Amino acid sequence: MNPRALPVLVLAGIGLLCAIAFPFLYVTPNRLLSGEPHSPHVVALALSWVLLAGLGMLEVRGSRVAVALLAWALIAGLPLVAGMDARALLHATAASARVPLGAGFWLMWLAANLLLLDRLRGVRTSGRIVAWAGLFVALVAMSRAGAFESLALVREFHAQRGPFMDALLTHLSLAATTLVLALVIGAPLGWWAWRARRTDGAVVGVLAFLQTVPSLALFALLIGPFAWLARAWPALGALGFGGTGAAPAVFALVLYALLPVVRYTVAGLGAVPPDAREAARGLGMSRLQLLSRVQLPLGWPVLLAGLRIVAVQTIGLAAVATLIGAGGLGRFVFLGIGQGANDMVMLGTLAIIALALAVDLLFQAMLAFTERRS
Amino acid sequence: MIFAPLLLVALLLVLPHSEPWFHAWIPTLSHPLYARTSFLALTLSHLWLVALATFVAVAIGLTLGVLATRPTGRSLLPTVRAIAVIGQTFPPVAVLAIAVPLLGFGAAPTLLALTLYGVLPVLGQTVAGLDNVSPAALHAADGMGYGRWRRLWDVELPLAAGPIMAGVRLSAIVGVGTATIGSAVGATTLGSPIVEGLVGNNTAYVVQGALLVGALALSIDGLLGSVERRIRRNRR
Amino acid sequence: MIEFDHVHKRFGEHVVIDDLSLRVEDGEFFVLVGPSGSGKSTLLRTVNRLVHIDAGNVRIDGVDVATQDVETLRRGIGYAIQSVGLFPHRTVGENVATVPHLLGWSKAEIDARVEELLILLKLDEPGIVDRYPDTLSGGQQQRVGVARALAARPRIVLMDEPFGALDPVTRESLQASLKAIQRDTATTILFVTHDMDEAFGLGHRVALMLDGKVAQVGTPLELIRQPVNERVREFVGGSRARLRELAVRLVRDSMRKGEIADGDAVDGGSSLQDALGAMLTQGRDRLPVHEDGHPAGTILLADLVASRE
Repeated sequence: MNPRALPVLVLAGIGLLCAIAFPFLYVTPNRLLSGEPHSPHVVALALSWVLLAGLGMLEVRGSRVAVALLAWALIAGLPLVAGMDARALLHATAASARVPLGAGFWLMWLAANLLLLDRLRGVRTSGRIVAWAGLFVALVAMSRAGAFESLALVREFHAQRGPFMDALLTHLSLAATTLVLALVIGAPLGWWAWRARRTDGAVVGVLAFLQTVPSLALFALLIGPFAWLARAWPALGALGFGGTGAAPAVFALVLYALLPVVRYTVAGLGAVPPDAREAARGLGMSRLQLLSRVQLPLGWPVLLAGLRIVAVQTIGLAAVATLIGAGGLGRFVFLGIGQGANDMVMLGTLAIIALALAVDLLFQAMLAFTERRS
Repeated sequence: MIFAPLLLVALLLVLPHSEPWFHAWIPTLSHPLYARTSFLALTLSHLWLVALATFVAVAIGLTLGVLATRPTGRSLLPTVRAIAVIGQTFPPVAVLAIAVPLLGFGAAPTLLALTLYGVLPVLGQTVAGLDNVSPAALHAADGMGYGRWRRLWDVELPLAAGPIMAGVRLSAIVGVGTATIGSAVGATTLGSPIVEGLVGNNTAYVVQGALLVGALALSIDGLLGSVERRIRRNRR
Repeated sequence: MIEFDHVHKRFGEHVVIDDLSLRVEDGEFFVLVGPSGSGKSTLLRTVNRLVHIDAGNVRIDGVDVATQDVETLRRGIGYAIQSVGLFPHRTVGENVATVPHLLGWSKAEIDARVEELLILLKLDEPGIVDRYPDTLSGGQQQRVGVARALAARPRIVLMDEPFGALDPVTRESLQASLKAIQRDTATTILFVTHDMDEAFGLGHRVALMLDGKVAQVGTPLELIRQPVNERVREFVGGSRARLRELAVRLVRDSMRKGEIADGDAVDGGSSLQDALGAMLTQGRDRLPVHEDGHPAGTILLADLVASRE
């Protein structure tokens, strides 16, 4: 057997299992009640996974391409099929009915994505970009054409469009503020720790200690001190600075972000070999020139890799900040959980995941760009 | 290292009798002490959730990590890595939230989220640890007649134990944090006083829960950290 | 006895071992020498089947290694490599005991054997058994590596440039230890090196490998004196071959018995190179030769220059 067939077999096996064992869709009477599972295409979907597995095992020219194409078609096709099913199902039921996507859909879609990822490995960068960008364009086009309008998620989105956009913006600004502050505070701190060789000293120790404290506890503990601050200096209170809201949230998020920023700054500064530093100093560079002309260009990719981790982590943690009134996409998650509105939970959750993945991709692209330049 | 567990024990002993202090601090609260469940019960339930989830996560992560680094499973390695990398971008809250529609309210979705999320660091570190075992040691082991599984057990796993333990520790710490949030979906954990305090505007509850969960997290981190250091000491 | 019988091995399009036949006798110290990429390491590894051959066969005492259980086969053959490959999580004693442990020896047997080997390899610092490899010097690590290879008293030991990464002084000391151990135990050693001096210093017989083939096989003197072609002559050292010859031949074979000379004596078992060195140091053209500490004869500079049997 072709050794490269194993990933296809495993992923197709998972897909097959999900097609058979988990519901593709649900039909619920309204957005708060749970509903009946609906899996209209079990046989067709199961067969396509079997076909994928078979193609993966074959060792003929083009079988790899065929697997990639089929995976591509599944990623684009599964949402389309689900959207069409939803439309048909809604025709027959009350206006308040909803058709949420089931675990079967999500897991199969995930498996198809992983499969495409695996098959595109070793393909030229341009080829990979074409495949993924093509998918993106296809899905956007389908969405524009209204193919997904009947799905519960999209309906929830339309019903909540205003608050959702606000929450998205709040989330982004929380994360961006945190990132900037963490960089402004953390990079000099890292530089100091590196110069003073204090990377295992008290400052880093405290940051590592804070990293361990559960986010909810840290957020909650900050309410008291911040409320006190706002009372003690009314001017701060007038600026929207209070026990709850964005201020304690950003404060806590920055505390969490500092450790990675400091660590990666130290690693970035250490990326310049001591010989090179000595040589640069020997050539008559000042400490500042050394930093700006040697250390920054060489250490920047390392720091960027750190910022990628910080950004993704912050987007996730910011979801918890809603519990202390900071808003953001976490609001949809926790409000939805409180109301038992699963569509709302899914809307918030998927938005957070999508945001994290998008930011991750953005940083990856930036990293690739800086590495190509140097 | 011993400080955090001592703090936790002290808090568990003192907090049940601390009502007068909280009353003195915030006189406006009629019930300044969380009383729905005892702090000890909350701590044990929190610990149990984390322990169970971490145990299952380690079993799954270790198995997958080992399989993906065997010659036959090698082609799965990129996919396993991709899952670990992409999975890490999923916020714990999101994993928790996805588990709710599947399993409803209570401890079950929290347990599922903790387990799923906990697999990733263990898996990632197992793969990294096994990949970094000195090729010379492996070559020598082969040359001296180690069988494939015996080599894994006697040479590879002991040498990868440090990184694997780091993964277990990370998994447990993230678990403590996620279990705290799990109280928002109905699990009984140390997050319960925090969430109730936030909802009912009772700062005393918040402080009580946060102190305990902070001490618990630091205790677990300290304990697993010292195990990790002990393992790493002679395995360079 | 190890026999390579029309062994053939290719990696992709590249032929590494080309229809090679060779025979290593029992109790022989046999060296495979050649430039990197000549296939010598690959050939060595066909014996314990770390490399699978494409054609031909490799036999030990007449039995094809391919027919044996691979783990049993390997446990019966000692193996030492340049990168040593000690297990960093095990003490020196545990590392040495690896194969006896795999073979299920009793603890008493293992302990006794470990002690014996540590003395044999001059690893006699107190408490060294319980130390971890990363606390040892490179030379000590390789001594442990050699002890580990010898632990289960294998009749055959394979060594792949075991001393290649060591400094010259340490290397010479280890070479001397290994030579003595081989002589005393009559173990068959198949030894790979790219260092011609090491090959001639250690080997009873040497096979010069070039491009996956044996260019010439014979005693060091045969290779030095009768290279079969220009390439062999070039590798053996061209004009410097005579210097190598001095390193290979012993004083006792060239000395004049019974004559008496002044100066510090050289031992009959040392090489002509050593004798030349002693003459240069002492500024004499003849030196007394001792055997077992007793005067036995004289060695002359003229004998060194003229020496050709």
